[in-house]
Amino acid sequence: MTERPDFANMSCPLPLMDHDSIQLAHGAGGLLSADLIDKLILPRFASPELDKLEDQAVLDLPPGRVAFSTDTFVVSPIFFPGGDIGDLAVNGTVNDVAMSGATVHALSVGFVLEEGLPLADFHRILCSMEAAAKKAGVRIVTGDTKVVGRGSCDGIFINTSGVGVIPDGLNLSAASLVPGDRVILSGTLADHGMAVMTVREGLSFQSSVQSDTAPLNDLIRMILAAGPGTRTLRDPTRGGAATTLNEFAKASGVGIKLDESAFKVRPDVAGACEILGIDPLYVANEGKLIAVVPADQAEAVLAAMRAHEHGREATIIGTVVADHPGLVAMKTGFGAERIVDMPVGEQLPRIC
Amino acid sequence: MKYLDEFRDPELAKGLLEEIRRTVTQPWTIMEICGGQTHAIMRFGIDQLLPPEITLVHGPGCPVCVTPLETIDRALAVAARENVIFTSFGDMLRVPGSRDDLFRVKSRGGDVRMVYSPLEAVKLARENPGKEVVFLAVGFETTAPGNAMAVKQAAAEGLTNFSEIVSHVLVPPAMEAILSSPDNLVQGFLAAGHVCTIMGWDEYEPIAARYKVPIVPTGFEPVDILEGILKTVRLLEKGTPGVENQYLRLVREEGNPVARAVVNEIYEVCDRKWRGIGMIPRSGLRIRDELAAFDAEKKFRVEGIVTEEPEVCIAGEILQGLKKPHECPAFGKECTPRTPLGATMVSSEGACAAYHKYSRKGLS
Amino acid sequence: MCLAVPGKVLEITEENGLAMGLIDFAGTRNKACLTYTPEAGVGDFVIVHAGFALQVLNEEEAAASLKELGRLAEFMEKDKT
Repeated sequence: MTERPDFANMSCPLPLMDHDSIQLAHGAGGLLSADLIDKLILPRFASPELDKLEDQAVLDLPPGRVAFSTDTFVVSPIFFPGGDIGDLAVNGTVNDVAMSGATVHALSVGFVLEEGLPLADFHRILCSMEAAAKKAGVRIVTGDTKVVGRGSCDGIFINTSGVGVIPDGLNLSAASLVPGDRVILSGTLADHGMAVMTVREGLSFQSSVQSDTAPLNDLIRMILAAGPGTRTLRDPTRGGAATTLNEFAKASGVGIKLDESAFKVRPDVAGACEILGIDPLYVANEGKLIAVVPADQAEAVLAAMRAHEHGREATIIGTVVADHPGLVAMKTGFGAERIVDMPVGEQLPRIC
Repeated sequence: MKYLDEFRDPELAKGLLEEIRRTVTQPWTIMEICGGQTHAIMRFGIDQLLPPEITLVHGPGCPVCVTPLETIDRALAVAARENVIFTSFGDMLRVPGSRDDLFRVKSRGGDVRMVYSPLEAVKLARENPGKEVVFLAVGFETTAPGNAMAVKQAAAEGLTNFSEIVSHVLVPPAMEAILSSPDNLVQGFLAAGHVCTIMGWDEYEPIAARYKVPIVPTGFEPVDILEGILKTVRLLEKGTPGVENQYLRLVREEGNPVARAVVNEIYEVCDRKWRGIGMIPRSGLRIRDELAAFDAEKKFRVEGIVTEEPEVCIAGEILQGLKKPHECPAFGKECTPRTPLGATMVSSEGACAAYHKYSRKGLS
Repeated sequence: MCLAVPGKVLEITEENGLAMGLIDFAGTRNKACLTYTPEAGVGDFVIVHAGFALQVLNEEEAAASLKELGRLAEFMEKDKT
């Protein structure tokens, strides 16, 4: 499945080439560690700060409030249709920082590698991170690598943290929703969660479903330009859109009314959801965001989103209301209204 | 999705609702047996759209909810054993036993794995000859053929490390138990359409005749359910109880004889305790004695299991349609999907879970 | 109970002595055991539950049901106006 990188053409042949997989010594701080960093990691992340290999990266950030976020990625399997853990690690943190309206400047990365992880797999993940960082326009400026014994982690865990600077005057907050505001979803639901589920052990699907992992910082820039009064932005990851919307309702003490017919789900994703009995509203997305904007800016924001690569299928999915504060209600295609509750734990495939 | 989307068409639903409104002249109480139908009713808000004369009550159609506590406790004991790979459908993983559930057993080191099909459990047995693979075989008549095939296949391959904990339940005895109860309010049934793809509808005719209730095998999409309700209401209004098939595209009178033959080869009818309801004679399936090698309860001899149900839980009355979830004092308070007291709150098909998820008192 | 979904049979093979079908569900494909639907052929629709096809879907009945329900809906609509 993974190609062995051409170590012979890297600068200098060292013991690294003799191993096909990560050894405990790769984390011990000696020659093998240095090798791993020099030969495999540095070339992919090529940033001036990282190349200095100091204990810390020194950044010259523009003035303003700093947005700072961290996330740890433990997804299994590490390779799935449409991406891998490396894509998620970069895009996930870029998005978390960018949801504040900040311009994302830099990421750190911490690797926990399992003894026995094939080097070719690690290399593939690094390449994904390189490409994702380039696409997002961010640099990886500092990092750390540890190796744990076989069985102590699932192949690889990645932590990324990110910093960005928020423009003056911008104060996005989930507590700022006001009745009348419109709720906009940037695209189709459940792509990522179902892509991962269809390759999980015990479920052997042949699926065309692809993860939607993507950096949204550029889309956010367009949204804020078209809608300076935007209240808040959030990416509906774990727990799905339902969780994010409930969080908004509770934070602002308002109700949200959704229109079920406005949600879009790709047919193959819908098919996978039907087979497993899973509700797309509760499935993770990794390349989507929910924006709440004042009613008079909704059309402009929608147009700006649809003009962007990552917002082509954007739709207005609902409205903020004063009724039923803290609760999210949805009008079904049949005209009835039902509650969209917070999920309890992970949705599991069911037969019942 | 073809043959799914068309039966969710709001225009067709509107027509059916209008016809139901015109047909009904007095109050009727109708029970839908199947958890999948309960789920659809709550999800699409069908109960809100029906005329007030029609009361829908939810039956014990969730095999996960009615699996006896003893069975769950025994399953947990087996799952905790070393050298066992314990496999189960996703639904069962969170169902609480007396003190534990499969997720917690897993977190303490038990090898508990979710499968989508029982054949995956057979595959695990084939690929792990040094381990004992146990499959928790629950379900109604719809799931029994697949679970039976797993045993048949394991036997055909000569596998000695595959066994099932069986807790299958049958619909008609449950219907009779409900109808013969002195408190019974149910006047008509929507029978579980997928059960009927296997069983046909012959076994409902004597029940319809004896208790004078219409029984309508019904599908699972909103249009199916509304059409099933319409057919039931028409029979009630005319005073002509009987069996009428709504799920024409998938239910035939003879059901699936090939599937039934394999079920009879592997399993036999037995008395079964339904959690919350009690013992219903000849309402379950168990592995035949000659196939005892595939019966995990015999193989692992799990003894000394003491079962305790929380006193406040009224799941039994809910499963019989005598009470609604929000009438339970613990509903939404001590008993929530996050902290379930009984199986009807844990299973996503359980009436209590469906109610909690889709409706809240005071929404309107 | 009984979450079962209709899908189209794309291909029929044999695995460990059992007839298996590759079933298409709007682009997602999964294998299901076809032992209980021996009459199912490529192109037929079957209902699949927990990895087993339980019955072949009668497409004529489906079309007839939808047609009748469509007529009812139309009639109700006209009757209102």
